[in-house]
Amino acid sequence: MKPPVNASVNAHAQRSLPALLLALLLALLPLALLSSAASAQDAPALESLRPLVDALGKGSFTDTEKQVTALAATGDPAVVPALEALGNGDLYLRKADGAVVIGKRAGSGLALTDPLTGEALEPVAASGLDKIRVNNRLRRTIRNAVGGLTLRAADTRVRRQAAEAIFKAQDAEAIEALDDAIAAETDAGVAKLMREARAAAVLASDLPTDEKIAAIDTLAERGDRDALSMITAVQNSGATELQEAAGAALARIQKLQAVWDMARNVWFGLSLGSVLLLAAIGLAITFGVMGVINMAHGEMVMLGAYTTFMVQNLFRLHAPHLFDYSLLVALPAAFLVAGLVGVAIERGVIRFLHNRPLETLLATWGVSLILQQTVRSIFGPTNQEVGNPAFMSGAFEIGQLTITYNRLWILVFALTVFAALLIAMKFTRFGLNVRAVTQNRRMAASMGIRTPLVDALTFGLGSGIAGIAGVALSQIDNVSPNLGQSYIIDSFMVVVFGGVGNLWGTLVAAMSLGVANKFLEPVAGAVLAKILVLVFIILFIQKRPRGLFALKGRAVEA
Amino acid sequence: MTRFSRNFFAGMALSGLMASTAVTGAFAQEETIKVGILHSLSGTMAISETTLKDVMLMLIEEQNKKGGLLGKKLEAVVVDPASDWPLFAEKARELIEVNKVSAVFGCWTSVSRKSVLPVFEELNSLLFYPVQYEGEESQRNVFYTGAAPNQQAIPAVDYLMNEEGVERWVLAGTDYVYPRTTNKILEAYLKAKGVAEEDILINYTPFGHSDWQTIVSDIKAFGSAGKKTAVVSTINGDANVPFYKELGNAGIKAEDIPVVAFSVGEEELAGLDTGPLVGHLAAWNYFQSVDTPINAEFIETWKAYIGDDKRVTNDPMEAHFIGFNMWVKAVEKAGTTEADAVIDAIIGVAVPNLTGGYSAMMPNHHITKPVLIGEIQEDGQFETVWETSGLVVGDAWSDYLDGSKDLIADWRKPMSCGNFNTVTGKCGGSGS
Repeated sequence: MKPPVNASVNAHAQRSLPALLLALLLALLPLALLSSAASAQDAPALESLRPLVDALGKGSFTDTEKQVTALAATGDPAVVPALEALGNGDLYLRKADGAVVIGKRAGSGLALTDPLTGEALEPVAASGLDKIRVNNRLRRTIRNAVGGLTLRAADTRVRRQAAEAIFKAQDAEAIEALDDAIAAETDAGVAKLMREARAAAVLASDLPTDEKIAAIDTLAERGDRDALSMITAVQNSGATELQEAAGAALARIQKLQAVWDMARNVWFGLSLGSVLLLAAIGLAITFGVMGVINMAHGEMVMLGAYTTFMVQNLFRLHAPHLFDYSLLVALPAAFLVAGLVGVAIERGVIRFLHNRPLETLLATWGVSLILQQTVRSIFGPTNQEVGNPAFMSGAFEIGQLTITYNRLWILVFALTVFAALLIAMKFTRFGLNVRAVTQNRRMAASMGIRTPLVDALTFGLGSGIAGIAGVALSQIDNVSPNLGQSYIIDSFMVVVFGGVGNLWGTLVAAMSLGVANKFLEPVAGAVLAKILVLVFIILFIQKRPRGLFALKGRAVEA
Repeated sequence: MTRFSRNFFAGMALSGLMASTAVTGAFAQEETIKVGILHSLSGTMAISETTLKDVMLMLIEEQNKKGGLLGKKLEAVVVDPASDWPLFAEKARELIEVNKVSAVFGCWTSVSRKSVLPVFEELNSLLFYPVQYEGEESQRNVFYTGAAPNQQAIPAVDYLMNEEGVERWVLAGTDYVYPRTTNKILEAYLKAKGVAEEDILINYTPFGHSDWQTIVSDIKAFGSAGKKTAVVSTINGDANVPFYKELGNAGIKAEDIPVVAFSVGEEELAGLDTGPLVGHLAAWNYFQSVDTPINAEFIETWKAYIGDDKRVTNDPMEAHFIGFNMWVKAVEKAGTTEADAVIDAIIGVAVPNLTGGYSAMMPNHHITKPVLIGEIQEDGQFETVWETSGLVVGDAWSDYLDGSKDLIADWRKPMSCGNFNTVTGKCGGSGS
């Protein structure tokens, strides 16, 4: 809190001393008020709030809403914990005495605290508690109430949230409170948010037109979709002058939005591309390098996802506090499981069907059905819940581009896997063997390379990579026996488009198909976009049958 | 190695076989009444339909404990149409012709129902269809125990309009017959209520769509036009999970843009971290959370039968519960399981539903149901926030579509018609 105060002092230093003193006083006054208010929270004052809090537990949604408004009207920050708990569904009615308590999940039971004093309470069996239900309207009311009560909180983050809540509420009655809060605000970022919230509130009020025009300017500065929404509402209703100002502001925002839309599409495209890359990269090995049409590839992805589910279950049972690391364990586990199944398929089926692509296709398709039904028999047909670790939940914003963490991590992960695979193929002895066998099997065999072993290991590697793709996909898709089916076509599409036998081709193909799909989707719709991409690939393959990056050289045709 | 892999595959094939072959009830030593169960136990729809097979087996077992029907034991005949639509017709024929079942309980998707319709008509048997569907159909041999659009979609839209003040609508669905027809009805209904063309956004996605980034971003953009916006979702099955995940990650809260879904129930939520979904809505005729003695008993029986305390109950299960009890009552009333007698006897039969009232079979082969709107809670259950004051009669032909608003269905004699045109006064207007 200190540096901002100093900054404001410096800013005023050019002026006269009395003005400076006044500014200092003004800056400190609310702080002093706040701290005195906090210390004034003695027991009797708190207890006077109790009937209001206890009333939250009674009546219908409409009654509760009235109670929330009444609590907000006290203007006492002491009621905030109770309101927040209500909004989060953590508020309970203790049946024994009708008191309202906060219950936070702790282990198998609930840890109870007093909503006003925050003291821990005697635990009560779950049957002795009634959860106080909330609906959307109530949640909105609570959000606004908490926003109003925490505008002057000591924590910058809380004030930021409060300003955002009030911004969304667009409540004309909040203007006065906002004016006070802006005057007292020391953090430039929060002050800006508060001015925007004030502008939003002004638009909803019956203040004179020039104030509203100023408010439109402030909002146009913000330039996001919320601002767009509010200004559009004004344009549809306000006075002529106002409509003109709104029109101009809208044009400005829309121009900005068009640029961000572009950025958004590129990001969505890269993200879709990374998913395609993950799904296809294992296939690029088994199909691209070995030339095996493996219809069970998608099921390897599914096995990886189910391995993740199993690993997470073990973590939930034995080490719940380490849950965030479960994916790190799931990765090698999924690689091993899928890889071993892959080796088994190669040894058990594919090697007998060497150079018979049609039989291979049918046999692996049969294997895929068997794997699906086996998983269905063991785990049941319903979706299994795979949790997102904390670092993969939520989103952050760059300008107006919302980037979700899970998508970002998957992009990073896909590129890492790609790089690792490239290095393995280029610089290891195994990679050398694989390339030798694919280029000329007989020659490689006569040089002393054990081609059956290389075949089995290569297939295992491709399947193992499909398995770790399953770990990543379990984070964004649902884990069911059908998981693999939805990726098999896309994977083949990417590998064929990129050029069979070329890993770089797979990367370029996945990314370009992803981006192309995402630029088409807003224009043509999801269904048509997919069809258009497919048609494009068919035409492209007519022109260049060997894909984007055809293997050149003396590779012996099988 | 070879031996190992052979055994390995034999084992896998066996387990696959066990799941897909018919699991028949007790061996028939005495004469039994056979009941066919036509639900996919493998393939994409197994996720939803397997549960319905289990609930039917449970209902039959319960009925046998009560002494069976007409002094005979009931015997379940289960077949697996494997989510393969033409196979549904074959399996239906097998049930009726080979196994001689008295009634069939089954189907989930509309396309599977359409594929078995001719079979039931030709062989004159009974089908009880337990899933909410798009309406525009009434067939003599079929009883629709799920919701028609006016028992689910229209009340949900009314709720959003009146209680949440929604003025702008996104109709998002999977690209097939149920969402398309439902959205057509909803669009006509919204326009009749004075919603402007530009305030409705209709969006279709392929089956199993998993990349929702663009659509969620479009919804966000559509929602920023200064009017309260809501999403009406007819997104089917598996695609819901990534959709809701994307919504949660993109920070779209139910307070800002609520999503009301017609295909998301307790079972779908079971595979999902519901934290970010709290407050989003679903419209059904039954929720597991409904607090009635009969429902508590049903849940307890179900959990005991399935042997898993975590399994949930859902709306189509209740529909089978109602449908099965109606059939039992109609057979008792008719004194025979013969199809024509049961078809005549079942109209007007009323049985308790699980929400504390009675559901009755109407002459159009649809039933009366209450409509509930629920909000998703953190524990994957729904909290009822609104319900219709009385029962709603299922309407086979929508009142909001051209070509269907003049049609009525009435299978009582002398009309006996599934699509009677009230304008021309003739049976056989448009539609099937």
